[in-house]
Amino acid sequence: MTSLAEQYADEVQAILAKYPPEQKRSAVMPLLALVQRRDGFVSKAALQEVAQMCGITSTETASIVGFYTLYHDEKKGTYRIQVCTDLCCALRGADEFLHKLCEALGIPVGGTTPDGKITVEAVMCLAACDKAPMFQVQALGSVHHDGLEYHENQTVESALRLIEELRQK
Amino acid sequence: MTKQITLTIDEKQVTVPQGTLVVDAAKKIGIDIPVFCYHPKMEPVGMCRMCLVEVGRPVIDRTTGQAVLEADGTPKVQFGPKLETACTLPVSEGMVVVGMSDKVKAARKDVVEFLLTSHPLDCPVCDKGGECPLQNLTMAHGVGESRFNYDEKMHLAKHVPLGELIFLDRERCIQCGRCVRFQAEVVDDPVIGFYQRGRAIQIATFSEPGFDSYFSGNTTDICPVGALTTADFRFGARPWEMRATASICAQCPVGCNITFNIRREAKSDGEIVIKRTMPRQNEQVNETWICDKGRFAYHFTEGKERLTAPLIRRGDDLTPVSWDEAIEFVAQALRDAGSDLLTLASGRLSNEDLFNLRSLSDAFNGKTALYTHMAGGDLTAQVGVGQGTNFADLGAGSVILVVASDLEEEAPIWWLRVKQAAERGATLIVANPRPTKTDRYASQKIRYAYGNEAATVLAMINALSAKRPELPGKVQATAEIKNAAETIKNAENVIALFGSEGLGLEGSAALAQACANLLLVTNHTGRANNGLIGVWPRANEQGAWDMGLRPAADLKAALAAAKMVYVAAADPLGDDPALAATLGEVPFMVVQELYLTETAKLADVVLPALPFTEREGSFTSGERRVQRFYPAVLPRPQARPDYAITGEIARKAGVDAETDSAARVMGRIAASLPDYAGIHYRRLAQVQEQWPIVGRGDLYYGGTGYENKQGLGVQLAPAAQQGQAPALTWPQVAEIAVPEGSLLAVPVTVLYDQGITVSTSPLLQTRIPQPYLTVCPAEAQRLNAEAGDLVQVSLGEQAVKVTLRVDENIPAGVALAPRSLGLPIFAPAAIQVRVAQKATV
Amino acid sequence: MTEIKQYVLLRHRDVPGLDQLDVYRQEGGFAAFQQAVTAMQPGQVTDVVKASGLRGRGGAGFPTGMKWSFIDNNNWPHYVVANADESEPGTFKDREIMEKNPFQFLEGLALCCYAVQANAAYIYLRGEFWQQAHFLDAKIAEMEAAGLLGEHLFGTEYSLRIYTHLGAGAYICGEETALLESLEGKLGQPRLRPPFPPSFGLYGKPTIVNNVETLANLPLILEKGAAWYRTYGTDKSPGVKIFSLSGKVNKPGNYELPLGTTFRQLIFQHGGGLPEGRQIKAIMPAGASSSLIVATEQALDTPMDYESVPSVGAQLGSASVIVIDDSVNVAWLINKTMHFFKHESCGKCTPCRDGTYWMMHLAERIAGGEASWADVELLREVAGQVKGKCFCALGEFSIEAVLSSIERFPADFEQITHKEA
Ligand SMILES: Cc1cc2nc3c(=O)[nH]c(=O)nc-3n(C[C@H](O)[C@H](O)[C@H](O)COP(=O)(O)O)c2cc1C
Ligand code: SF4
Ligand code: SF4
Ligand code: SF4
Ligand code: FES
Ligand code: FES
Repeated sequence: MTSLAEQYADEVQAILAKYPPEQKRSAVMPLLALVQRRDGFVSKAALQEVAQMCGITSTETASIVGFYTLYHDEKKGTYRIQVCTDLCCALRGADEFLHKLCEALGIPVGGTTPDGKITVEAVMCLAACDKAPMFQVQALGSVHHDGLEYHENQTVESALRLIEELRQK
Repeated sequence: MTKQITLTIDEKQVTVPQGTLVVDAAKKIGIDIPVFCYHPKMEPVGMCRMCLVEVGRPVIDRTTGQAVLEADGTPKVQFGPKLETACTLPVSEGMVVVGMSDKVKAARKDVVEFLLTSHPLDCPVCDKGGECPLQNLTMAHGVGESRFNYDEKMHLAKHVPLGELIFLDRERCIQCGRCVRFQAEVVDDPVIGFYQRGRAIQIATFSEPGFDSYFSGNTTDICPVGALTTADFRFGARPWEMRATASICAQCPVGCNITFNIRREAKSDGEIVIKRTMPRQNEQVNETWICDKGRFAYHFTEGKERLTAPLIRRGDDLTPVSWDEAIEFVAQALRDAGSDLLTLASGRLSNEDLFNLRSLSDAFNGKTALYTHMAGGDLTAQVGVGQGTNFADLGAGSVILVVASDLEEEAPIWWLRVKQAAERGATLIVANPRPTKTDRYASQKIRYAYGNEAATVLAMINALSAKRPELPGKVQATAEIKNAAETIKNAENVIALFGSEGLGLEGSAALAQACANLLLVTNHTGRANNGLIGVWPRANEQGAWDMGLRPAADLKAALAAAKMVYVAAADPLGDDPALAATLGEVPFMVVQELYLTETAKLADVVLPALPFTEREGSFTSGERRVQRFYPAVLPRPQARPDYAITGEIARKAGVDAETDSAARVMGRIAASLPDYAGIHYRRLAQVQEQWPIVGRGDLYYGGTGYENKQGLGVQLAPAAQQGQAPALTWPQVAEIAVPEGSLLAVPVTVLYDQGITVSTSPLLQTRIPQPYLTVCPAEAQRLNAEAGDLVQVSLGEQAVKVTLRVDENIPAGVALAPRSLGLPIFAPAAIQVRVAQKATV
Repeated sequence: MTEIKQYVLLRHRDVPGLDQLDVYRQEGGFAAFQQAVTAMQPGQVTDVVKASGLRGRGGAGFPTGMKWSFIDNNNWPHYVVANADESEPGTFKDREIMEKNPFQFLEGLALCCYAVQANAAYIYLRGEFWQQAHFLDAKIAEMEAAGLLGEHLFGTEYSLRIYTHLGAGAYICGEETALLESLEGKLGQPRLRPPFPPSFGLYGKPTIVNNVETLANLPLILEKGAAWYRTYGTDKSPGVKIFSLSGKVNKPGNYELPLGTTFRQLIFQHGGGLPEGRQIKAIMPAGASSSLIVATEQALDTPMDYESVPSVGAQLGSASVIVIDDSVNVAWLINKTMHFFKHESCGKCTPCRDGTYWMMHLAERIAGGEASWADVELLREVAGQVKGKCFCALGEFSIEAVLSSIERFPADFEQITHKEA
């Protein structure tokens, strides 16, 4: 496996350049994000790779993966559809939206479609409370797509159309 | 001096230095503020919220800056609306702390109740039950009945191995973070951490192997619940069923004070057995910590294969005989051999054993040899650290020089003590051919080539131009060396530790002498916190030197010349198969041992000795602290203490000797060795109050490590402190020739090797590496080899196959050969290496 | 005054294309920064901000100029960190600023840096603001190209770099010390205080943490003066504020209004009131961390400023106004908020870690109609046990909605709990 630093030399360079040279540990979060876009999740091997780049242990790196919700230690769908069902969105029908969407896809909340492309999850507030129902799409395992995209004022129909597009990509 | 602050805690006044935390100030006057996350050896974090107290502060008039007074003239005190954590709060003048009010009691009850919502309450089957802070604090502060719906409890894994040594019970963990902080802050091995967050937060390790740290066992002592247990002790016994006996770790020259917990148990055939090793507090030696080797390696004392009776050779067989017969037999042989006796013994033995061996040999004008690969114990007796030395006192203004030592591998707790001194501001100078973990705290690093150890230190003296020793042509006084020399010259205190990285006896002797000279010319001898320390390979090696034993420059020749060899606590053949012929030809050999070693198999008489756990004795640590150990378990019926065996033989041979008690042997030592004058067992057993207070009823404070009630030991004064000015002699620095096409193999120490004391511990066995040799990538390439390949190492006549490791930190032309790991390399030597079998991918 | 003739913060609504550097500069952008760097002492900038009475918009309302004056000048370098974590349910104002009026925020950040003589600033964005971070990166690059960032700015000795840093999903990282830990590559758990960031912040160096909206106020304050700024708002809460309005209203969204505008004006005049046939029941003025205000006539007429909101039993906080109508049982609502806090508790301290877990379970059972009144009592007691014991404000926030709901809307709970067995 080619190393992250070789594969994405520019990105890695840009990340490391942000922090004082003696504070490489600060780069751990952006580097994990990069790894995750490459692999779809953070594997044990990747942990070690990132740890070394940041001068910390694999355990310290793993702690970061475990703490923050946008990192995943297991592979699921290529696209994670993360529907906000927090208070404000729920006041505007987000729970119903989520359940109808999952029903239409034939998966439970948190489940993944059989083709392995789409996972639908419920998440906390995404700072789009006035545009519910809404979700974000986290694209994983492919650096060609934008890492995260918001889709606001959604209906089940518009969401399904988008999901079809994503499946075609 | 630090400013003193006076405050009131629960109506008692206390005066403490500025910066003291309220929780510690309370402890000093016997008030226990309950804590879970706070530990007196770590930075406070204020996480668990158990130590909440009410805090009032004197009201100060803003305009006058004066304290406002009540009508009765006492200062007016204002209490804040919120409770504050006593563990994070530094004392301030006039502060009033209330830890007994209803409000505080309610808060403690609340916090305990929260903790119990996630706790399994399986105390009856918990290893910590009976010594559990949570259990105790629940009794003291908790609610009777849980209001938490049992069905909503999180059910979590209860037997999570964090590697082979430590197990985690996730349900019991109260997320206090002590273990994580100990690993990160205290020992700088952040190999366990928190995973996830909120209620789901858990302890996890991602190192390879899991929980990869030499200090991991300490987390089980400070874990305030039964969440962390050692694989050794888990479900082993209940704390109240066990008794505590004091001992000294026999694994390295630090001399950590330990406690063995013992109990009589059916599953051990009704015998009293050791259930676990715990640290025993000695703030001058090991504080409240021990390393995992010290904790887990005691098993070597309890092997089923231990010798059960004296043996005498009858033809090809070693036949059991009575003690009387064996002793008579040996005494006769002694009389026959006379001055052709060679006594070979190691620093695994106690002072008393070694003294008797030495006395016996002297009576016959025999020779003695210390079985070791290090020299310099005579120098540490002269310019060793002064009486009153304590690493804990070193900080700014002090220098610690560590030469030729991978300190964490050679003496883990010294590594820790040196690290802490560096954190307090001491200047750490590390001189070693390759980086080690000690480098992390070094303010100055000197790299020299293997073979240039002594020359490098001499170059420092040279740089100070005090007395100019000759340097070998290759060694230059570099800027780093000059800088180090200046730093040492200008320091208030200097302690130099020399180890055995890359060294054999000869190199070690030269290095020790060079270090002694450096201390002498810079006037850093003869007082507390100054002087020389040898990082010896065995616990009582310093004692052995003090008892008058010296290594033999050429052991093989010495063995060949002797008519009788008396070997005690050494296995030269096991270590070096090349000695087989020589040993086979010794006319009469006595081996005094625990096990039937390779050497013992060749003996004419084998005498079963007792391990340190079954008898009394004393060790002299590398800091020249004489410390007592006590019998922990009953002796095996047929075996005897070494000093007693030797004493009996002596008497039988007509030499006056003590046989019945170690204390009486110590009496003789004190009478005949000036350095030991005044040492007696009662004195070694003296204690004084130590801070932090640990091991009392309040286990939650310092952990389950033991209070020291059995003796802090006595540190000896080196000759230099007794007004004797040692002479300067310049060491000879020899160069080793390495023929073209060969590598220079250098011996290095790893903590977990195949030595008998480690390999007999079922737990540590899993951590002993396969035999290996390490080279740099360029050298590997030259050999056409890769990491993991099996390589054949040829050295003289011998050839050994080991696994190749590759490490970019190793200089070219050099191969690192770990001691006691398959390669019989005791001093730098030329070797040839070739690939025997490629690694299978 | 409830109207503002011209936007101060949401100026993009007045000026199309304001996210373009040339447009922003045509509108006078970066004049304040240039003026400060070339013609003002750092302390003078702080003085203007102090005089304006600007208070932090991240929630605590701490006077901004005063915070800057606490910076430790005996320890260097200094850092400035823009708090763009914006994760409080109901809050979405910083996002609009960064997306639509990025330069005003960046100029404000630069002004803060100059005032405390920081040469490097980080913008800590919540991980979900991936696109906003990349957008800002592009804007920062434009500024560098235009000589507005970099070495020797405007020919002076002053240099400044701005970097974005993305979080990865953790509400607690909005708390400034947890944010700094996270930025250092550690778990986002709050630090023990004191010391506070102005003396011990990023990498242990003196650091100012300010909210995005706070910073976006600065260019116009510097340009037009403190007195001008004080023409908005009240004496103690001067200036304008963006109110994020959400929940059961017809026109949810961001509204920039002077501080002191009443709830009624925001909800009915600007927000278009509630959907047909619905009555307003409660208001949460500070997102999920807020107490529920009973929407009485008097409450509706309460001015939204830092001093007045407490009089109706809540805090202004980040001014994220969530409207609750009479179709909502507040037991359902606290089930939502408790799920949020349980999910976001960092786990550092016992009361919040175990308390939110316990409260969430109780709230869930209550909302599901599976609980008795005794459980409601227990919930209130547990919340009381959490109160005042937490390591940081998150744990304390978690009980606001719970306690106020039970106290102010007991009928909702009576209706949903079954009778004692
Ligand atoms: C749990 C918690 C979450 C917070 N989240 C944010 C946030 O998302 N954005 C923010 O600016 N401040 C947030 N704060 C407040 C910050 O700690 C800090 O007070 C603020 O960034 C200071 O900036 P200001 O003075 O400009 O308001 C939060 C505080 C807490 C306790
Ligand atoms: S395992 Fe023990 S020491 Fe570690 S966090 Fe849990 S309770 Fe504390
Ligand atoms: S440091 Fe040495 S003396 Fe101490 S426990 Fe470890 S091996 Fe034993
Ligand atoms: S209150 Fe405690 S557990 Fe909760 S977020 Fe703050 S520090 Fe973490
Ligand atoms: S509550 Fe859904 S975006 Fe805020
Ligand atoms: S908070 Fe003080 S002991 Fe844990």
